[in-house]
Amino acid sequence: MLDIVLLGLNHKTAPVELRELLAFSKEEAVAVLEGLQKCPDINEVMLISTCNRVEVLLTTSNITNAVNSVKTYTSEFKKIPISKFEQALYMHDGEEAVRHVFRVASSLDSMMVGEPQILGQIKDAYLTAILKKTSGVILNRLLHKTFFVAKRVRSETGIGDHAVSISYAAIELAKKIFGNLEGKKVLLIGAGEMAELAVEHLVRNRAGEIFVANRTFERGVELSNRFKGKAIRIEEIPDCLKLVDIIISSTGSPNFVIVRDQVKGVMRSRRNRPIFFIDIAVPRDIDPDINRLNNSYVYDIDDLKGVIEENIKDRNRESIKGERIVDEAVISFQHWFESLDVVPTIVALRNKIDSIAKSEVSRTLHSLEHLSDNDCQAIYRMTDSLINKILHDPTLFLKKNGCHGGRSAYIDLTRKLFKLDD
Amino acid sequence: MEIVIIFTIFFYLMSTAGYFAYLFLQKNYLNRAGYFLLIAGFLCNSAAIFYSFLKSGQIPVHNLHETLVIVGWSIAGVFIIFQYKFNLRIFGIYAAPLAAIVMVFASQVSSEPVQIKNIVNNFWLIFHIISIFIGEASFVLAGGLGFMYLAQEHAIKTKKHGFFFRRLPSLELLDTAGYTCIVVGFTMLTIGLATGLVYAKMVWGKFWSWDPKEVWSGITWLLYAALLHERLTVGWRGRKAAIMAIVGLAVLLFTFFGVNFLLKGHHGEFTRL
Repeated sequence: MLDIVLLGLNHKTAPVELRELLAFSKEEAVAVLEGLQKCPDINEVMLISTCNRVEVLLTTSNITNAVNSVKTYTSEFKKIPISKFEQALYMHDGEEAVRHVFRVASSLDSMMVGEPQILGQIKDAYLTAILKKTSGVILNRLLHKTFFVAKRVRSETGIGDHAVSISYAAIELAKKIFGNLEGKKVLLIGAGEMAELAVEHLVRNRAGEIFVANRTFERGVELSNRFKGKAIRIEEIPDCLKLVDIIISSTGSPNFVIVRDQVKGVMRSRRNRPIFFIDIAVPRDIDPDINRLNNSYVYDIDDLKGVIEENIKDRNRESIKGERIVDEAVISFQHWFESLDVVPTIVALRNKIDSIAKSEVSRTLHSLEHLSDNDCQAIYRMTDSLINKILHDPTLFLKKNGCHGGRSAYIDLTRKLFKLDD
Repeated sequence: MEIVIIFTIFFYLMSTAGYFAYLFLQKNYLNRAGYFLLIAGFLCNSAAIFYSFLKSGQIPVHNLHETLVIVGWSIAGVFIIFQYKFNLRIFGIYAAPLAAIVMVFASQVSSEPVQIKNIVNNFWLIFHIISIFIGEASFVLAGGLGFMYLAQEHAIKTKKHGFFFRRLPSLELLDTAGYTCIVVGFTMLTIGLATGLVYAKMVWGKFWSWDPKEVWSGITWLLYAALLHERLTVGWRGRKAAIMAIVGLAVLLFTFFGVNFLLKGHHGEFTRL
């Protein structure tokens, strides 16, 4: 009987140093699949390797042997003693393995719940397994179900809603103010990873012209080239406020770069169009009093962090719904998996009886040499229909759904009764 | 007759339930259910008005009951068109219960028609009444959008992103939608007042008779005119525009009810209890 087995380690069980050692590149993954395919105990196999997890998913008829071969193979391939990573490994089989795959793909098991990359990574891993022909009936079915579940979790729960990074949170807020970011002009003051990332998000949302102001003008020009924007001098900022809608500030300045009166002064010539300040700098660049002005909004780094914390809490609440969807899917998959077991049992039963009948008939025909070829054929046909008639009811019994969950038990009994497991 | 009103109320209440369920559960089909139930109620409401019209041969605004039925009808109708254009989903929790409440009131007040003096039922009167009601319904929606704008702005300014922040649309959309409502309302009110003046000239021989309703309608008109003027010249938008829409709504309610109950005039009979 085949079993689905999952063996692996992730960010919860292994420190990053160990995950680094065991991570497989795409080329390595191909080699590993080819290697593992040769193991006699492994029927189907695929390998998922991301920065947060390394997992091997396989089907086998002998769990212990299969698991040992994977461990040994990995240790030889990566030249790390088994003892070094054995502690971090977890092993799931049957229903638990299925559940684990579903949860991972739905991003319920991720470091940041709801992050969308993992599904793509699993799709890639599956594609590799298909190309190397290491996946078969069971893994194909399992993975298709997995993609379906992951999609359902994403669309039916709020698990992927709302930003969990500073720059995304800022963009989401901008959308709550402006609705559509298309054509909105942006001013970037200073530089920094987070600020630049935010500008990139804005560009992707088809924001309008990008202005870049920097203490050293040359650096500003450099940055503005990257965003196809326009560099301005620090002194030009007050004038620029008349034009731009979103200001992202991240300078090392000890004082405010923009103060209340500057903004108050331009609101009239802006015709009160809203203006949104995103202050990522510490100490702050934007006078917080600006938030008190009509139609102007200021968010500093702490405000954005507060927003993110709320969003993370939200995602965790939503993940409960995701778990329920996974549970449903596990049950329906198990149902299919168990029904699959019936088929090999029936086939084995038929083969056994067939071979007994065939050998007995041919032995008898040996001693009856006066029979013509036609007569022999008739006897063979009669044997076939006898087998069919005899096996008809047992086959129906095993296939039908009336066994009320006890099907595995009946299959087990059938196998023992006819001694099919040799 | 009564039964049609009851059906109208029933549909409006169901629509309200649908919109509130949408507010909490955020399932799209609930929003659609609310919308279609509102349309069903609106059709019943139209049938009720049409029936009265056939019976009396006049546009049915002869007592508070009939007037309120038309108020409910215009709120629902204007909202249906508005929703179709802007798809501002959450807004149903304002319009649907409002229409329902107005209709419940309508069904509670007596429907005895008052004695009508000096009424000539002609094109100008029908035009006057219809455009005034549509205009006022638009202002009512604008007021609701004003409240939503203030709520959303408050959430963004104070950085407390609660239940409504997630569900309310962007400030820009609320502002634009409110502005559209006011432009439509102002246009209809202007047409309504103009046709009213023409009608007054035809029936009473003078355009303006310093009737309190006329005076307050004039004040309402001036208020919205000022709001639009400020928006177009110096760009009054956002918070100020929202507050003005709410003030406008208050003045409008006074013009509609307060004037009739507290002051006298030739519109009084139509909305007296």
